[in-house]
Amino acid sequence: MGKTTGFLEYRRRSVPYRDAAKRVADFREIYTEPEERRLRRQGARCMDCGVPFCQSETGCPIDNLIPEWNDLVYQGRWREALDRLHSTNNFPEFTGRTCPAPCEGACVLGITDPAVTIKNIENAIIDRGFAEGWVKHETPHERSGKRVAIVGSGPAGLAAADQLNKVGHNVTVFERADRIGGLLMYGIPNMKLDKGVVDRRIDLMRAVGIEFVANADVGRAIDPGQLRAEFDALLLATGATRPRDLPVPGRELAGIHFAMDFLTANTKSLLDSDLTDGNYISARDKNVVVIGGGDTGTDCIGTALRHGCRSLVNLELLQQPPAERAPDNPWPEWPVIFRTDYGHQEAIARFGADPRSYSMLTKSFASANGAVSGLTTKRIEWQGSGARRELQEIEGSEQTWQADLVLLAMGFLGPETYLSEALDVTLDERSNYHAEHGAFATNVKGVFAAGDCRRGQSLVVWAINEGRGAARAIDQHLRGYSRLPAPASS
Amino acid sequence: MTDRYRDSRPDAQGLYTPAMEHDSCGVGFVAHIKGQRSHQIVRDADHLLCRMDHRGARGAEPNTGDGAGILTALPYEFLGRVAEEDLGRALPEPGRFGAGLVFLPTDPAQREHCKQTMAAVCAAEGQELVGWRAVPTDPAGADIGPTARAAAPQIEQVFIAAGADLAGDAFERKLYLIRKRVSLRLRNDATLAQGNLFYVCSLSTKVMIYKGMLTPGQLLTFFPDLKDPDYVSHLAMVHSRFSTNTFPSWDRAQPNRFMSHNGEINTLRGNINWMKAREGVVATPLFGDDIGGLFPIVEPDCSDSGTFDNVLEFLLMTGRTLQEAVMMMVPEAWQKNDLMSEQKRAFYEYHSCLMEPWDGPASIAFTDGKYIGAVLDRNGLRPSRYYLTHDDRVIMASEVGVVPVAPDLVKHKGRLEPGRMFLVDFEQGRLVPDEELKHEFATRRPYGEWLDSQRLVLRDFVGDAQGEDIEPDTLLPRMQSFGYTVETLQFMLNPLITELRDPVGSMGNDSALACLSDQPRMSYDYFKQLFAQVTNPPIDSIREEIIMSLECYVGPEANLLETGPEHSNRLRLRHPILTNGEMAAIKQMDHRSWRTRTIDMTFPRAGSRGSLVEALQRMCAEAEAAIDEGYSLVVLSDRGVSFDRIPVSALLACGAVHHHLVRAAKRTRIGLMVETGEAREVHHHCLLVGYGADAINPYLAFEVLWQARRDEMLDPRHDDAQEIVKSYRKGVAKGVLKVMAKMGISTLQSYKGAQIFEAVGLADEVIDRCFAGTASRLQGAGFDVLEEEARRRHDLGYADQEEERLPTLPNPGDFHWRSGGERHAWDPAVIAALQAAARSADESAYAAFARHANDDARANRTLRGLLRFKPGHAGAPLDLDEVEPASAIVKRFCTGAMSYGSISAEAHETLAIAMNRIGGKSNTGEGGEDPERFKPMPSGDSRRSAIKQVASGRFGVTIWYLTNADELQIKMAQGAKPGEGGELPGRKVDEIIARIRYSTPGVGLISPPPHHDIYSIEDLAQLIHDLKNANPAARVSVKLVSEVGVGTVAAGVAKAHADHILISGDSGGTGASPLTSIKHAGLPWELGIAETHQTLVMNDLRSRVILQTDGGMKTGRDVVIAALLGAEEMGFSTAPLIATGCIMMRKCHLNTCPVGIATQDPVLRKKFSGTPEHVVNYLFMVAEEARGIMAELGFRSIDDMIGRVDALVTRDAVNHWKADGLDLTPILAPAQPPHDDVEVRCTRSQDHGLELALDNKLIEMAQTAIHHGSQVNIEMPIVNINRTVGTMLSHEVAKVWGERALPYDTIHIKFKGSAGQSFGAFLAKGITLELEGDSNDYVGKGLSGGRLIIYPPRESTFAAEDNVLIGNVVLYGATSGRAFFRGRAAERFCVRNSGARAVVEGVGDHGCEYMTGGRAVILGPTGRNFAAGMSGGVAYVWDPDGTFAPRCNLGTVELDPVEDDEDISELREMIELHQEYTRSRVAARVLADWPDVLDQFVKVMPTDYKRVLAERRKHDEEMEAELHEDETGVFSPEAAPHG
Repeated sequence: MGKTTGFLEYRRRSVPYRDAAKRVADFREIYTEPEERRLRRQGARCMDCGVPFCQSETGCPIDNLIPEWNDLVYQGRWREALDRLHSTNNFPEFTGRTCPAPCEGACVLGITDPAVTIKNIENAIIDRGFAEGWVKHETPHERSGKRVAIVGSGPAGLAAADQLNKVGHNVTVFERADRIGGLLMYGIPNMKLDKGVVDRRIDLMRAVGIEFVANADVGRAIDPGQLRAEFDALLLATGATRPRDLPVPGRELAGIHFAMDFLTANTKSLLDSDLTDGNYISARDKNVVVIGGGDTGTDCIGTALRHGCRSLVNLELLQQPPAERAPDNPWPEWPVIFRTDYGHQEAIARFGADPRSYSMLTKSFASANGAVSGLTTKRIEWQGSGARRELQEIEGSEQTWQADLVLLAMGFLGPETYLSEALDVTLDERSNYHAEHGAFATNVKGVFAAGDCRRGQSLVVWAINEGRGAARAIDQHLRGYSRLPAPASS
Repeated sequence: MTDRYRDSRPDAQGLYTPAMEHDSCGVGFVAHIKGQRSHQIVRDADHLLCRMDHRGARGAEPNTGDGAGILTALPYEFLGRVAEEDLGRALPEPGRFGAGLVFLPTDPAQREHCKQTMAAVCAAEGQELVGWRAVPTDPAGADIGPTARAAAPQIEQVFIAAGADLAGDAFERKLYLIRKRVSLRLRNDATLAQGNLFYVCSLSTKVMIYKGMLTPGQLLTFFPDLKDPDYVSHLAMVHSRFSTNTFPSWDRAQPNRFMSHNGEINTLRGNINWMKAREGVVATPLFGDDIGGLFPIVEPDCSDSGTFDNVLEFLLMTGRTLQEAVMMMVPEAWQKNDLMSEQKRAFYEYHSCLMEPWDGPASIAFTDGKYIGAVLDRNGLRPSRYYLTHDDRVIMASEVGVVPVAPDLVKHKGRLEPGRMFLVDFEQGRLVPDEELKHEFATRRPYGEWLDSQRLVLRDFVGDAQGEDIEPDTLLPRMQSFGYTVETLQFMLNPLITELRDPVGSMGNDSALACLSDQPRMSYDYFKQLFAQVTNPPIDSIREEIIMSLECYVGPEANLLETGPEHSNRLRLRHPILTNGEMAAIKQMDHRSWRTRTIDMTFPRAGSRGSLVEALQRMCAEAEAAIDEGYSLVVLSDRGVSFDRIPVSALLACGAVHHHLVRAAKRTRIGLMVETGEAREVHHHCLLVGYGADAINPYLAFEVLWQARRDEMLDPRHDDAQEIVKSYRKGVAKGVLKVMAKMGISTLQSYKGAQIFEAVGLADEVIDRCFAGTASRLQGAGFDVLEEEARRRHDLGYADQEEERLPTLPNPGDFHWRSGGERHAWDPAVIAALQAAARSADESAYAAFARHANDDARANRTLRGLLRFKPGHAGAPLDLDEVEPASAIVKRFCTGAMSYGSISAEAHETLAIAMNRIGGKSNTGEGGEDPERFKPMPSGDSRRSAIKQVASGRFGVTIWYLTNADELQIKMAQGAKPGEGGELPGRKVDEIIARIRYSTPGVGLISPPPHHDIYSIEDLAQLIHDLKNANPAARVSVKLVSEVGVGTVAAGVAKAHADHILISGDSGGTGASPLTSIKHAGLPWELGIAETHQTLVMNDLRSRVILQTDGGMKTGRDVVIAALLGAEEMGFSTAPLIATGCIMMRKCHLNTCPVGIATQDPVLRKKFSGTPEHVVNYLFMVAEEARGIMAELGFRSIDDMIGRVDALVTRDAVNHWKADGLDLTPILAPAQPPHDDVEVRCTRSQDHGLELALDNKLIEMAQTAIHHGSQVNIEMPIVNINRTVGTMLSHEVAKVWGERALPYDTIHIKFKGSAGQSFGAFLAKGITLELEGDSNDYVGKGLSGGRLIIYPPRESTFAAEDNVLIGNVVLYGATSGRAFFRGRAAERFCVRNSGARAVVEGVGDHGCEYMTGGRAVILGPTGRNFAAGMSGGVAYVWDPDGTFAPRCNLGTVELDPVEDDEDISELREMIELHQEYTRSRVAARVLADWPDVLDQFVKVMPTDYKRVLAERRKHDEEMEAELHEDETGVFSPEAAPHG
């Protein structure tokens, strides 16, 4: 497998993004076309480990057969690589673009050298599959006669739908937004995941018999009890959509938005009118402060830059991570290190400086004309370690920032509750729908839950993990047994 | 007394199975060639026997021997006299009466019953029982040990007079029939409590046997008869037994009725089965209807020797001559011997149609009174030396010098050669040479013509090769149904056809046992291959290929008791794997009355549970019907697999049919072939053949490979269908030979049906139906589970709904871990947790690791996972403070044997430093150790490994190395590849490794599968003795691998005086090993250590040895379980490596370890980040975990826990669909002590008998040399019981003078006589041993710079160069020094020599095998297979008649004339020295004709070595300089080595 000495001969070279200065002028994807030679060399770097940590609990949550397809790519056997890839992953084009790639963090090569560019390889396999017309969904030969309703069309719902349809169940997916895709459609901006890519997959699924119903807000517009009556099983995959708020003085001021509102409106307007309809929150010429240093924060940065913001600041409560793994963060754990994502690169290209400030606690917002005009922060210090860590404010470290637009990207607190209330689904202590991983069954018979609404906010790849697992559990529920594969990681 | 000592052999109990007992021994005879009878012959034989006392053994009691006996001609005069005296009756004239010793019950009533039965049978057969004579015995005078006494039978002599019309052979046959009938009746009589004591030692008109559970020295005293001057004989054969167990057994003493045996029959199970099967076909007018009275031919409860004797006797009594029968049972290696005559080859080939060889190391002495002779196995694995004297005596024995003979009386000194026979014909009064004897038999009948006219060969009826035969549409479902996975192609099939051998992997097997796996596993996975260890040697199937063969005759056998042309009407197969074309032709066959019936090997999917068993029954019935209808062959075929039909595992089907036919005594009437999609790996084919398949057509494997070629997944050089099949067959052949060789079996014919396997986790119902006779000690899966597995596999490809069929092959991660696949002990979480714990020394991190490693889900993978502690069982729980400290526990820990070479210096030294810090022990592995490491480091740390391993390669094993050890470990086997050798590829041999291993950088090194000085248990005893002499302060350890019977082997090892025994489990890591071995050889340590502890306690041997176990040890829980099962010490290998950074890449064999451990690549080595602290942290935390458990259980110390299986229970609910049937109680069976005083852990030290060594005297006499370096000369006599002479002296020299020792010839010792084994072993530089006389095996073993000079007595009358001077395996592993031998050496001269320079006047087979350095000058003939595996050094062979080349194995060497000036002067110098030291006439002749003779010399030089030398010569003169330094260096005493 791979090339025995490949890791000694070649260095890590990932597929570059488009030039940061240029790409901020549009909302097209930031990626460049990969060079096949480069990918094959990366495939050659794969060591075909006796224990491939890329598949472990700290690696890929859906057990992607990484050593297998790395080798196939090295050999130029793209078609087989695609088969292998699809055998564990329904939507490699989504993970290949959006996943932070825990597999690379766990890559054995990473102990001493930079990891294999697993994510690039994954994305290249699926893009090539589409380009060559290899990607097909098959209509099942026989229908089971069972009907399954799925609420939510994000990655968990879609993965479950795809799996359940394969074994002949009739699947209907309900989505409250006007477009199918959930987080994939409106949560992730277009430059990171082109919406044509999402539609392309949904069209394929629709063609093999999966029904999609948009604008269908189950729990409000649609009675979930009726769904229970009409369908043999119900899967809740509504995501974790309750944003964490920042209850400090001035929060009520205009110009302070949740990140998801900002991103959703932007994408909708982009798709509806190429941003000509004005139905979005514009950052143009504004001093933008993004609070929260995660992926959503980065997406806000990238979007604000594309709007043409005047200035940009990104505040993060946590301290700046080290450049390399800390002693208490050993391989194969996810490396908590300082990374510069696409939005940061773009900000640096635009303003010549990294927009991020760490260890910043926002204390209050200032206003001008009823709208936000700035905010005050205090530096903090973290004490202790692990779960018992506590923050301490540093006296005299107050700092004020100009802000016309403040975007709150501080994470999510779980699913909204109107659906669970309507169904009498109990919640766990973190206010997620209560269901065990593996069984995915809620306390209500025939009602299952998967994805962020069960697990809490997480990665697309975890959503696929849960969707596949829930599909198996539902199949078992419907037929008494199931031969659907499900990932081992929980 | 009888309360304290059992009076019969113990039954099977716990893990001990009586069937596993092995023995080996010393054997010999004395005879007068002209048949002159004398009492002196008996006395000489007794002397001979006593001189081989060291080849026998005793158990816990010094005065209880394993058995000794003597066979003589029937002493008519003596018997006549005692019959008159004791019975008051005159005996008929010689030939008209038979007599023999009979062992009888001690209970008078039962004894009487036996006697009456005998009388009745005699009467019924028309013969007269004359009477019984109580044989006088003197147990007190002979000082018989209590165990032997308690078990002693009543011994009487029976006399039977011939009926009126019977005489000669007919009467002899009648006696045989009487004996068989009586024995069968009495020994099987359930109402007779002591029936098993009844045993007829012999009953003959010609010979008489006295034997018993005696030591050699006790025999004559115990049986005063033998001292009677009237007791005269022209022959006397004696035998001294070394049994692995010492359970009371008088009848297992030898000689048997017609032979004595030194060695072991490896194929016994198969031989017995085949003989059983033949009972349905044998017939002879000599017995007529009475023949049934001879069955079973093989008596139950016999040793291998006893079984051999049964069959030999049967053949003899049914009309064959002794010579012919022996030739048939122990044929020479004829298949690949181009030097053999046509007729002889035809003789052997013809007889191979009649019977499979009885394969194994053997020196067999046989006699019927008319002839006496001996034969050696085809590979010459036992020593047999003889003298002929001018006064017509012949003395043959395992050793020379056993009977004193005046030197001028010796006419000839010879040895038995591999496969050769030695025969004295008393009627002709002469020795019949092997060639003459065999020529006579070979030409008696037109065997060649018969074969030519009768034999069937495939090409007679198979058409031209066909192309590919692929059904692409159903390929995937069929592959899934037959259990193919992604790994099958990746790890097995593809490498098999590319590398043409069994594919290689590394880091052991840590996946679940088949019976504990969640996955449906192939039935083959439940079987573990057995392998040779200690009691017999594995074979090197590559370097000693000349003795290996896959050729078989198959199809109906004719009557064994006749000899006619029809016997060769059988089908010859050169290879067990058939092509599709061949199989198709066989199925269609209608050729010369041969027809084939094909039997469907599938069962209906729709059928109810139980369909599998029904299918097996159907197949058995159909096969038997086919025989009755006159078919010649049956083919079991699963071609019928489909949606509706599920394949029956070919292994189950083949085993069921084979055993059914054996039981029906019909198996030899038909050929059994298998056409299967299931079998594809080497292990599969081995199992099929091992359970009776005559041939296999693995059609799906071919199909898969052909498809892979179409898919361009194969190397482009596999460019056509036929080439792929050819490569596959070649790879399989090599693999199968290796598996056979592992057990020491050389021909497929005898491997067939020999069942060299143990099952783990199969229920009795499966074993009884399909694999009868196979050990399966823990029960487990029954047919229901096996059927469920078949259904699950089938379902993958043939699920009801098409969508549910798996679109690709599954990857359950059997070799490489895969998420969601097979469970592995070392999964990512365990590895990551261990590394985190070792690095942080954080207890909570360790707890996370231990929890993970111990937790049920993972521990379930192993047997120990199914065990649970009984807290409070040994007492109330203790405070942790009351338990011995961790610092005491870690001293019991060792790291495993990993050679520097297989792992990097950084990793190796890290382990050594860590173990030295905690007071544990690290192990050098087999690669030697840099003497620099013997010196302490400035930091106070030490890089010296406490355990110095002595493995088959003997790399760097010098007296200095041995002297620097705390423990010397003899590696008999390695967990991941027991029974196999190893290879270090040239690219891993850098300058330093080459220096330490005494080899050449860049030249690959081979470790042979066997230790060439250990072919049997008494050889091991000898090596232990050698090592003890080399370093009396070090304990000697023997490393064994767990398999059924390992406890019995360990008992033998304890009797061979090992101080320490390591029982290694199967799951240990390895640098590189065939995957077949990693996965399928060896058993878990839990079984091995439990069996060993139980058996040693039963033998009262436990107190003399320390037991250690290893193989996948990880946690404190493991440590506690190991102790409770019987281990005092524990070994860790993989875990400490993981602590230092190993991440189980399983790439050790590729030199690409990315963390710098298993690599010599300098770039990769820099990536090593482990430290000694990591290992220390880890092991201390393991000990702390153990302490916690000990406190809970109430044990204060490890010592208290040893063998306390009562503190363990098996888990109440196993709760696993497969494991439900497992029964672990045999593991937990408490050891049964034979009496109350038995100690159950090591409490005393072994008696090595070093105080008897001649060296004590030598050391005393050489004091001034040892301490001041002054010259010392000594002269003294020597006899064969003076073993290992010069070694302890060398140790003393090394201690004082260090590695450089003394200047040449500082100590010069001149001996006269016959030296015992291991003369001059590890002889240090500065010592010269000069011997006038001759010597036994292992002369100059491990020679470390010393000088040896041996020549025949000056008064000898024979030509020295035509006579055998020294024995087998001379200069094995010598690293430097010189040797001059005026005379011939036996087999394997200079094997693995890596630096000594030697001159000899002729050698046997396999000369200079595996040599890696030094020089050998052969001034005489060589045997076959010279220079096999030779990779360094040079041999100069004088070849005046140009016959050398075909005897040389040209695999690695080239032959050149001696032309180079340096070579010429080197050669001349060595011959001159030889002439000077030994007064050799050959040397004188050569030197006299020098320039002419020089042209007749052939220079044998390894190709690789030549290349590397040429590369180096340009810039490197170092080697030469070093050689000179030997003579000119400056010497001063060095500080005594520590340790």
